[in-house]
Amino acid sequence: MDVLLLARLQFAITIIYHFFFVPLTLGLSLVVAILETIYVKTGNEKYKRLTKFWGKLLLINFAIGVVTGIVQEFQFGMSWSEYARFVGDIFGAPLAIEGLMAFFLESTFLGIWIFGWDKLSKGLHAACIWMVAIGSNLSALWILIANAFMQHPVGYAVVDGRAVLTDFSAVVFNPPIFSHFPHVISAGLVTAAFFMLAISSYHLLRHNETDLFRTSFRMAAIIGVIGTISVGIFGHTQGQELLETQPMKLASLEALYNTENPASLSVLTLSNPSTGEVIIDLRIPTLLSFMEYNRFSGEIQGINDLQKQYEQEYGPGNYVPPSLILYWSFRTMVGAGLLMIVISLFALFVDIKNFYEKVPWFLKILTFTVALPYLANTTGWILTEVGRFPWVVYRLVLLKNGVSKVVTSGMLTISLIGFILVYGLLITATLYLMLKFSKAGPTVASEPPAEIVPSLVNPPESL
Amino acid sequence: MALNTLWFIFIAILYTGFFILEGFDFGVGILLPFLGKNDVQRRSIINSIGPHWDGNEVWLIVAGGATFAAFPNWYATLFGGFYLPFFLILIGLIIRGVAFEYRSKHDNPKWRNLWDWCIFSGSLIPTILFPVAFANILRGVPIDANMQYVGGFFTLLNPYALLAALAVTALFTLHGASFLSIKTTGEIEQRAKELIRWLWLLVALLLVILLITTAIITGLLERINFLTIIFPLITIAASLVVGFFLNKGQFGRVFLMTCLTVAFFVLTIFVLLYPNVMISSLNPAWNLTIENASSTPYTLKIMTVVALIFLPFVLLYQGWSYWIFRKRVSNEPKQLTY
Repeated sequence: MDVLLLARLQFAITIIYHFFFVPLTLGLSLVVAILETIYVKTGNEKYKRLTKFWGKLLLINFAIGVVTGIVQEFQFGMSWSEYARFVGDIFGAPLAIEGLMAFFLESTFLGIWIFGWDKLSKGLHAACIWMVAIGSNLSALWILIANAFMQHPVGYAVVDGRAVLTDFSAVVFNPPIFSHFPHVISAGLVTAAFFMLAISSYHLLRHNETDLFRTSFRMAAIIGVIGTISVGIFGHTQGQELLETQPMKLASLEALYNTENPASLSVLTLSNPSTGEVIIDLRIPTLLSFMEYNRFSGEIQGINDLQKQYEQEYGPGNYVPPSLILYWSFRTMVGAGLLMIVISLFALFVDIKNFYEKVPWFLKILTFTVALPYLANTTGWILTEVGRFPWVVYRLVLLKNGVSKVVTSGMLTISLIGFILVYGLLITATLYLMLKFSKAGPTVASEPPAEIVPSLVNPPESL
Repeated sequence: MALNTLWFIFIAILYTGFFILEGFDFGVGILLPFLGKNDVQRRSIINSIGPHWDGNEVWLIVAGGATFAAFPNWYATLFGGFYLPFFLILIGLIIRGVAFEYRSKHDNPKWRNLWDWCIFSGSLIPTILFPVAFANILRGVPIDANMQYVGGFFTLLNPYALLAALAVTALFTLHGASFLSIKTTGEIEQRAKELIRWLWLLVALLLVILLITTAIITGLLERINFLTIIFPLITIAASLVVGFFLNKGQFGRVFLMTCLTVAFFVLTIFVLLYPNVMISSLNPAWNLTIENASSTPYTLKIMTVVALIFLPFVLLYQGWSYWIFRKRVSNEPKQLTY
């Protein structure tokens, strides 16, 4: 395989893996902070046990999110060094600020929080987890600001063959950030909500710690309703912005080949990938224009016209992102999102009406729907990033001009295999621990583990 | 002062902070299997750095980010050129970070030994490879007229780099032992102190050899000035004063001296490097310098403002975290955080 493809594959795999864990950290750190605050305010031991239980699961998740994040920062230099050279004047700053402002905050205070239960006053200890939650969510802000530049470059000029920063506030207040950031934060809340609904339902079905898990269930249902609706609203805004910022991404995810006015929304479009011949094309007339323009008319440019336009503008080449991936990623994300709105509303209804005993089937379903936010997070990220093709910075730097010149396919093969192996082992361990502690419930999480009796464990004297 | 000089200093400080802090927690990780003879002892050792290692590691992330922001060409040439060493460092940091969190969450000797092995190797690999990278930066590597590294992986494994790796591994192990001597009790504390007794002179000796080699390789004698003399001398002096406080049994001061040794060791690298950031062994005209590798003054100005606002806070709350956990870690199982 060639260097470009391997570098893209490695970036895709490592970022998807990283982002698999990040949303839960974003949402669950806020939940744990709220739980501990309630404990401090009321002195109710129940909330302390809840804090410790959900906190333990947060820690398992947090560890893997942190270590896979370092890979992302280094990778910009390792496999994308020409990209780094070209945009470093602009792109480096948000990364450095992310570290200074957010990573220091979350990691230092997490360390204090884990080890500081009996060393700090209750209030101060709760303040630490708030710092962690704020730090995590701030880091999302700065990395999304960096990503927004790649999606929609602003505040720069090209001088002597590289992009230089001309307006920092334009980069920070780049329009897409106002929908991307709330979209991602809400997705974090949704992930935490469905994670909590699944585990709470598992225990409620077994009549285990009913009081604790009804409280968790209620909290998750409320957060789920707010989160899913908010994700939808900001997702919709993002979709409308594509019209102006990335029309090719919009056309590709809708499989809209020819320009239409008013444009139709695809319900199901299947084509033969080798010939490009359309086999099935079920469309709702005018709906796409309505969704993009809020009225029943409006031109949406098609893939073919945009391709011609870009060839004139940027020279010959393929400017069409892999439509099949975008089309199905988008539909998976939106489908999962809509389903989650319905499920959260019903969960809230169950809680308000106290129907827990009447709907065991729903609780059973909830133990599986934890997969939905992960599906939506992953496909959403794939949509955003694959839709950037063939650009590393939209309409400014092509992917092939961003990849490192000195890195060989041999090196990339080694590192790719290395990451896949290590990440594979880590996710196995993570899932194992998650399941173990989720099923064990709060009793184990709040008492000193029985495993610490030294005589039980006799490790060999040396390695 | 020119902003690019300021950022060169700032990056030197970030790496210094990183190596002082992560230096002892790498050392503790390397010593884990040797000083911890049973599960409780190993847990005590891990808990001595438990609240801190993650915050310590952020110094590296910020140093990397600052290099990217302030000297994009340095960042690109270094990370792209030294691809495989950085890949291995990443793998080390990944398995190590997860191991701290996962190790005690399952009660099975095999599980725990696996993660202990991850902590050990995840600490040792970066301890070996960071000095390899910095030694090569200082010694010079094949960099062409387009700022591209044109050597291979094995170009980096030259005797000078390996000597640096050996010296730093010994130094970080000593640094870790001196940290453990003031943070643990009982057998671990005694073993750490014993280790310092036979290791400190070896470290000082290795540092002297490394300094002499460096002076020859980098042509130091031809560009002697106050700074290029004083920084290496303080490094050596601090490593020797370790022996003085050791004899008096003042281990707090021993730790202070190993901190100073690491700090001035790292600063020496940057003092010798300035105003270059990467040296080309092919042609001095192709060196990357603080001029040709840097960002624009506008970006540097913004970054300076951000750093001046946030770094004091970071120092304050990280200092506070060390203050909270200033007591020695207990070796009573019931008092250990898992």
